[in-house]
Amino acid sequence: MARANAARLESPAVWALCAAPLLLIFYWGFTSQLTANPVEFVLRDLGLWGLRFLCLTLAVTLLAKYANLPWLMRYRRRIGLWAFAYVALHLTVYLGAAHEFDWAEIGADIAKRPYITIGMAAFALLIPLAVTSAAAVRRRMKPRSWRALHRLVYVIAIMGVAHYFLLVKADIRSPLLYAAIVATLLGARLVASARPRKARAAG
Amino acid sequence: MLIRNAPDLKDCDVTDQGLYLARRQFIAGAAGLGLAACGGASPASAAPLKYSPNRMSIDENKTPLDDVTGYNNFYEFGTGKEDPAAYAKMMRSRPWTITVDGLCDRPGSVDIDELIRRFPLEERIYRMRCVEAWSMVIPWVGFPLASLIKSVGPKSSAKYVAFETLRDPRQMPGQRSAVIQWPYREGLRLDEAMNPLTLLAVGLYGQTLPNQNGAPIRLVVPWKYGFKGIKSIVRIRLTDRRPQTSWQMLAPGEYGFYGNVNPAVDHPRWSQAKERRIGEFFRRKTLPFNGYGEQVAHLYRGLDPRKLY
Ligand code: HEM
Repeated sequence: MARANAARLESPAVWALCAAPLLLIFYWGFTSQLTANPVEFVLRDLGLWGLRFLCLTLAVTLLAKYANLPWLMRYRRRIGLWAFAYVALHLTVYLGAAHEFDWAEIGADIAKRPYITIGMAAFALLIPLAVTSAAAVRRRMKPRSWRALHRLVYVIAIMGVAHYFLLVKADIRSPLLYAAIVATLLGARLVASARPRKARAAG
Repeated sequence: MLIRNAPDLKDCDVTDQGLYLARRQFIAGAAGLGLAACGGASPASAAPLKYSPNRMSIDENKTPLDDVTGYNNFYEFGTGKEDPAAYAKMMRSRPWTITVDGLCDRPGSVDIDELIRRFPLEERIYRMRCVEAWSMVIPWVGFPLASLIKSVGPKSSAKYVAFETLRDPRQMPGQRSAVIQWPYREGLRLDEAMNPLTLLAVGLYGQTLPNQNGAPIRLVVPWKYGFKGIKSIVRIRLTDRRPQTSWQMLAPGEYGFYGNVNPAVDHPRWSQAKERRIGEFFRRKTLPFNGYGEQVAHLYRGLDPRKLY
């Protein structure tokens, strides 16, 4: 009985955790806590959460398998979609609030500044992943090609880190931390996928 | 041409200047303690200052005090904008000694409160444009850097002024990581330093400077990007060589020696054409020399403006 209740709460709890950073931004907004420069603060906060959710998405598969948390797999898609949502909101704030939809300026920014070019490319790559997350679309795809496509998340996370590295003025400690996280996740994944193959070869 | 705006640079003229100052100090002293701002006890927090208004102030809406003191770039206390407000209380801004030396006749060290007594304070409401494309309007209280430089008798060989911030990782936790090569360094050409706009600020909104804004004394050069406004100064040195400046040392491709506000020259990673005035949603156009062109454009005649970022 208690178990059933816990199970019923699991999904809303995951949902609430994913939405919490966004809700916090609204709360800070209503209570005037978005610093003296709210546009900059919100832009950065959303970018950072985009990157964090990308890392989380990568971590889910590994944690499910190796930390024995198989139930996490049920939420991989949702966490990935939240990563997409945070990046999309990040982009929206960039376009609307930071640049007031001044398309000439935005075009020049994308063309001229490598960190924006990379960010934009990373966002573009996220779109097919978000679209093919829909159950109906996924069902129509070959599992092998769906998996191949979704391995792009690693590339996107690396691009996100590169974007972060290129935009900081002097303090590279935080981009370094995310670089280490993404490198660890990628490394663990490579090791994990190499192992069973070796095992098979030996057997 | 370099020093076309600098007054009285012949060594022989300078003695008179010193005499004048000594006399004026005497008069000020005799007139009572009117100018004594916060001598004696060290103020733990903001103390009121006596000052007169100044015609160089601009008439624009001032940025609220909370924003001026809560949103700062002062890497000595951390690289986040909120870090200075959180950690600057670790710094002791009284007692505080400033050394003025180099190519001048009367080098020496002086206590901050003694210095404040020596020069009449003025309020200067200036625009402040950060290199990160945001801006504020700040009512500083201070005195012209020129007054200090004249009082030490600069030699005619002096062409530049070099500034240094305190270096003490115990008081400045941000200095425990080598984000910048400490201490923070800045510099001006002597004629820029002597321009009447150039201010040594010791106060803000009528009170002594809060630590996070560069207590007890900082530079304000309103036609230049904010990083030129070095904070918590311990040393001012007259020199014949262009001094090294922190941001130029860190990223010479992104920050120049001059740091003049110029909407036509982008930072490599963002445009400088517009700025976000803190408290406003829509951006404003950035003005050449931050709107102070009339007073300072002549300093740079004949120089390539693209080299003046
Ligand atoms: C996968 C895609 C992306 C990720 C993971 C990402 C992540 C980030 C991160 C972590 C930051 C730094 C936050 C901080 O300083 O605390 C950031 C800042 C920023 N991002 Fe992105 N971003 C992405 C896409 C984009 C796109 C598409 C644009 C615009 C076209 C963009 C524009 C910016 C800008 C302008 C900043 C702030 C720069 C500054 O304040 O100096 N990003 N982003």
